[in-house]
Amino acid sequence: MTPREQWTAFYTIIRKDVVRMFRIWPQTFLPSVVTSSLYFLIFGAFLGSRIGEVHGVPYIMFVVPGLVMLAVVTNSYANTSFVMFSSKFFGRSIDEILVSPTPAWVLVAGYVAGGVIRGVLVGLLVLVVSLLFTSLVIHNLLVVLGFLFLTSVVLALAGLVNGVYAKSIDGINIVPTFVLTPLVYLGGVFYSAQTLPGVWGMITKVDPIFYIINGFRYGFLGVSDVPILYSSLLLIALAVVFLGMAVYLIHKGLGLKQ
Amino acid sequence: MNALEITNLVKTYASGTKALKSVSLTVPQGDFFALLGPNGAGKTTMIGVTAGLVNKTSGTVKIFGIDNSIEPERSRTMIGLVPQEINFNPFEKPLDTVVNQAGYYGIPRHIAIPRAEQILRDLGLYEKRLGRSMDLSGGMKRRLMIARGIIHEPKLLILDEPTAGVDVELRRSMWNYLKTLTTKGVTILLTTHYLEEAEQLCKHVAIINKGEIVANGTMEEVLQAHDTGPVEEGKYRGGRLEEVFLKLTQEK
Repeated sequence: MTPREQWTAFYTIIRKDVVRMFRIWPQTFLPSVVTSSLYFLIFGAFLGSRIGEVHGVPYIMFVVPGLVMLAVVTNSYANTSFVMFSSKFFGRSIDEILVSPTPAWVLVAGYVAGGVIRGVLVGLLVLVVSLLFTSLVIHNLLVVLGFLFLTSVVLALAGLVNGVYAKSIDGINIVPTFVLTPLVYLGGVFYSAQTLPGVWGMITKVDPIFYIINGFRYGFLGVSDVPILYSSLLLIALAVVFLGMAVYLIHKGLGLKQ
Repeated sequence: MNALEITNLVKTYASGTKALKSVSLTVPQGDFFALLGPNGAGKTTMIGVTAGLVNKTSGTVKIFGIDNSIEPERSRTMIGLVPQEINFNPFEKPLDTVVNQAGYYGIPRHIAIPRAEQILRDLGLYEKRLGRSMDLSGGMKRRLMIARGIIHEPKLLILDEPTAGVDVELRRSMWNYLKTLTTKGVTILLTTHYLEEAEQLCKHVAIINKGEIVANGTMEEVLQAHDTGPVEEGKYRGGRLEEVFLKLTQEK
């Protein structure tokens, strides 16, 4: 395929996914908006006033970046894992692409772009909802956008790998439920690692999501529990590892071809 | 040049099932070729390996001289596949199903849309192009699969039981449409259980049984070589190809 033809294939994959996610918007966009609204209401308006300030900012302002990241992480992952899994198991529509000359890396790029679009859109929606409860400060827009994009790329790639490997519907639910959700909640969405007693602080610091949330939070508030360089390097390293895995799996047809 | 050249193709599944046991087959360019065999004989596996959906164990598959292991992307541009199972997204519009398929072959939408509309018109699906694919009748779904398989104008069209469950009238119109494709130079490899139709339509035939080719040649050669059994008085006798098929594939 020429680069132009590859671009057409890439655009086709994205377009198909975007049409799908907007067609079923109550399933793709609404849940995170509703959940985050409840978080803002309970932790921000009800409990936040009793907690006071964290890192010198009101508690609700502190939790906003974490809740946006929670939405980005779960939606980017869910999009690629579900789309890949469903195209494998419900009618094998993945064969439409596998019989075509679309290279493996274009397929990966298209699926990941779909995950990024959903993750970023939901993240922005949650950010807009947060404005109903608090004001927004942005310390460094480049850091905010960089972490928003890179995080959704990493999680979309991870979701794609999960979707390729999954052999049943349980296969795409186990990781989000038993791995991703605990990592996100223990990754400092609602608290600063500095406030944790010894061992819990240590545990939090081996959680990769902790570095992602702190990097993103730094972009808004200018404060972080870890150096932002560590967070950036971790995200880039994860992106490289998952990209390599995804392209290898799809190129070889592992989990896709018999 | 041959449209398809399969040499010593072996496929052993992870379960240990040997689906193809050193199969060799040649499909001449411009042919209407029938690949026949009972259920589980290895037809769909052979098609899967040819189209790049199944990883082979050993052997070579060349499409118009291009080895599909060495240049998989180039070889795939030449193949159109109409699989046995309906596998398009049922929530999509038929037009989108066909246009998206063109996109995977690098054909931009401004070219793909009018081409898809013409194919859907030819196949009697134009009026349904903007509805939901899941609302199409069984025969319409089969025709949509054909439309999707030919949108990129393949040189080799592989049809895996395209008329399964389709009524007589519709089957006939589908065969007529496919015959018009061969007049345009498209090579067709067909699997079907409608043996009388294969006998009429196809120039060449191969019969596969338990992963091995048991007959291969022009239709007339295969019929003459194998249709030698006596007709038992008072018993039903099918078409000549049906008798040959049964003779070569029945358990002895």
